Amino acid sequence: MSGYTLDISLTVNGERLNAHVEPRKTLVDFLRDDLSLTGSHVGCEHGVCGACTVRVNGAIVRGCLMLAVQCDGATVETIEGLSDSGEVADLQKAFERRNALQCGYCTPGMIATVQDLLKRGGVPGREEIREHISGNYCRCTGYHAIVDAVEAVAQARARTQMKK
Amino acid sequence: MKIAEDSPPTLAALDRPNSYIGRSVPRPNLQRLAQGRGQYVSDVTLPRMAHVAFVRSPHAHARIVSIATESVKKSPGFIAAVTGAELAKVMTPWVGVLTHLKGLKSAPQPPIAVERACWQGEAVCAVVAHTRAEAEDACELVEVSYEELPAVTDPETALDPKTPVIHASLGDNLCFERKLDVGAVDKAFVEADAVVETTFMFGRHTGVTNEPRAIVADWNASEQRMTVYQGTQAPHMMQDLFAKHLGLHHQQVRVVTKDVGGSFGIKVHTYADEMATVALSKLLKRPVKFVADRIESFVTDIHARDHRVKGKIGVRNDGTITAFEIDDLTGIGPYSVYPRTSGIEANQIVNLTGGPYACPNYRAQTRVVFQNKNVMCQYRAVGHPIAVAVTEGLIELAAAKIGMDPLELRRRNLIADDAYPTQSTSGLKFERLSHHESLAHLDAMMNYAGLRAEQKRLREDGIYRGIGFASFIEVTNPSAAFYGVGGARITSQDGATVKLDAQGFLSVATGVTEQGQGAEAVVAQCLATAFGVPIDKVRVTTGDTDNTPYGGGTWASRAAGIGGEAAWQAGKALRANVLAIAGAMLQTNPEALDIRNGVVVDKAGGNERLPLEELARVAYFRPDTLPAGIQAELMATRHYVPRAWPFAFTNGMQASYLEVDVDTGFVKLLKHWCVEDCGTIINPQLVDEQIRGGVVQGIGAALFEHCRYDDRGQLLNGNMADYLVPMAAEMPDIECGHCVSPTGDSELGAKGAGEAGTAGAPGSVMNAINDALRPLGAKPLTDMPFTPDKILRALGKV
Repeated sequence: MSGYTLDISLTVNGERLNAHVEPRKTLVDFLRDDLSLTGSHVGCEHGVCGACTVRVNGAIVRGCLMLAVQCDGATVETIEGLSDSGEVADLQKAFERRNALQCGYCTPGMIATVQDLLKRGGVPGREEIREHISGNYCRCTGYHAIVDAVEAVAQARARTQMKK
Repeated sequence: MKIAEDSPPTLAALDRPNSYIGRSVPRPNLQRLAQGRGQYVSDVTLPRMAHVAFVRSPHAHARIVSIATESVKKSPGFIAAVTGAELAKVMTPWVGVLTHLKGLKSAPQPPIAVERACWQGEAVCAVVAHTRAEAEDACELVEVSYEELPAVTDPETALDPKTPVIHASLGDNLCFERKLDVGAVDKAFVEADAVVETTFMFGRHTGVTNEPRAIVADWNASEQRMTVYQGTQAPHMMQDLFAKHLGLHHQQVRVVTKDVGGSFGIKVHTYADEMATVALSKLLKRPVKFVADRIESFVTDIHARDHRVKGKIGVRNDGTITAFEIDDLTGIGPYSVYPRTSGIEANQIVNLTGGPYACPNYRAQTRVVFQNKNVMCQYRAVGHPIAVAVTEGLIELAAAKIGMDPLELRRRNLIADDAYPTQSTSGLKFERLSHHESLAHLDAMMNYAGLRAEQKRLREDGIYRGIGFASFIEVTNPSAAFYGVGGARITSQDGATVKLDAQGFLSVATGVTEQGQGAEAVVAQCLATAFGVPIDKVRVTTGDTDNTPYGGGTWASRAAGIGGEAAWQAGKALRANVLAIAGAMLQTNPEALDIRNGVVVDKAGGNERLPLEELARVAYFRPDTLPAGIQAELMATRHYVPRAWPFAFTNGMQASYLEVDVDTGFVKLLKHWCVEDCGTIINPQLVDEQIRGGVVQGIGAALFEHCRYDDRGQLLNGNMADYLVPMAAEMPDIECGHCVSPTGDSELGAKGAGEAGTAGAPGSVMNAINDALRPLGAKPLTDMPFTPDKILRALGKV
């Protein structure tokens, strides 16, 4: 099955690039193995754990359920890009202060998922936060600290919004 | 704002100026992980690195008739196909026994099956290729011919004469058994006013680390040296085992552990496929990488908790417990896992059952049998969740039977807080515990009386809520009594090496490891406090056998209590060295000086005398200006091992509040509380997060997690869609409380906190479900996990 490749061009974290990829290669394997963007993690490879969550054309997707060839012409954002742009800096700071990560393996996917919720604006309740991250498996924290951190950032962003 | 502010120190005994003990300082490595810049083993790539995939047995028990690898060789990217027989020439097999578990036996286990596969998922052939995908493609072309053998799958019949013996050389399928009989148990049951007997079942489950097991082995033939990048909890233990089974010296093996994507006891064992990867690197003279995929994880990561326990309790009408009795049976797979063995879990159940209570009569028996299923071994809170659920389940059933409040029954039987030092009926030595203080704290924290009133009110509306408790004790800070005395080369001591650099900053290398618990933060806190620098001037190195003191790693809740104490002692030693130089430079008695906030000061008035940077400049670049005979020693190493007590027992109590939908059988967790006593609390936030994470792992066992096997030994749910884990939407908020009974074994007085949550959660959830359903006359549920269908069956609805 190996050997046959297709050409794709896409934008990853703001950089335009061309690649030859096997049609069977998943997006997350492409990001990790071909582009060395190892911040996106592989947990279950069947769409359950959410460790590979990245943003494609503005929407969060599972990097293990999407093929790299499906991203031809797409804009892909990974944790590396989200970090460098500063878009999720407040979330990352809150996760650090609240110890909302332990081993950190779920965290890049978790941050991308949470940002997807917070981008909508408003201050989601704890139930809503829990519901939104219910596709992101964290074995370490028990989730309570993550919900605390997200709630704190939502409140802080709302306060900043009001001042503007 | 729920993010806790850093709180001031409260611990007078450790009252150094600028103390970080008792403060919630953030962990130093979190931005790296939060920004996706961690380096997990699955991220590691090396020049010339190849990937291995394994052909695994589809049968639970089969003779390997032949393995044909001819057609594989043309597969793209193919490098090598290696069978068990070929790998046996590079690596010796191992036997997972410990001499202090008397009579425990097991068979030699090879890295790849030779002649016979003993569980579904055991590797029978390795295929190495340039990429993992190519290795998997090539595996498809390996032709293995099997002759299926009868599979032993039911522990209940494993010892029957007509059941086949898995390893003929062992004579039977018994791995280990232990009996204990203390006091006058039969008499105590006769004298009881009520006796409750029931059977508890625990579903086999597993750790499901988010990052699967991962290893990169790099044999450098020119140096005759093996470097292993491994996601492990015990780098020095693995160094010893790789060396031993490859016939190398320790000096020829370096184990490097960077970030680890979850461990929980899963990554502290010897795995055949990881040993095979190391052997393959030696055979092929190039780096070889193996990362388990999720299905491989389910069929090869150690499982745990597959126990059937018949339990019995006697009580008098005044609530006095007269006796406990248990009969435990567990099936552990075809091999006792190396080197910690698969007898520890059962042994712990015998040791821990009834442990919080002052009841002089106790009888226990356990049998550990072999099966043709994946192996079982130590997973977070080893044995505790079972011992606690059995003890606490019996207590609540007994309380219901004599019509006493379950908290009151406990109050009348828990070992008194002023009874220490003392020991359990099973012989565990307790330095100091705080059961009654914990109970009182929990009672107040959860507003027990208020919840009971709410429960009663809601029942009138057909809403069934339950409150369940579980007291627990936890084994932490193990001394050599855990493994060393049994002949395992697993060290219980740990060390810290501290160095003052030329700018006055500190670096510390420690033998404990970091897998997310916060060991690096705790080590930095202890060192910064003992030495006297701001914590941001401390850099911690872990997980490298070339560059850290010899140590045990992080397991059995030992990193803070043992690694923290070693760092504390090393910090004090370096402070003394530095003050000796400062005294020489300032022509002052070193006794009159101290280091505070990175500056040498007068101990009495706190006047600043000398910045550390200046002292380091002189010591390193102008030693000629120091008085003759003065040699600066700006590096210090100290080790620590608990000696006064074999284990630092901790204790605590949990409560679960939940609602059962009696039409669907679904359980909604409303709230969970845990009060625990881990002695001195070095970092309150980290302790709380260990508790919370542990509680949720215990909830998983109670409600969701189960490795389901059929009677032919086939795992039926080896994926994350069918094997359920706790996800955010179903989990409750968890409130933590603390009592503080420091251990006198160390200066810090810290005990462990990593397993308390997992120990008590399953029992408290079980008790809450039964409390909710009691008015409906449901048969008590004692068969974990408590799935909706089991609940509906108990209610007689299906």
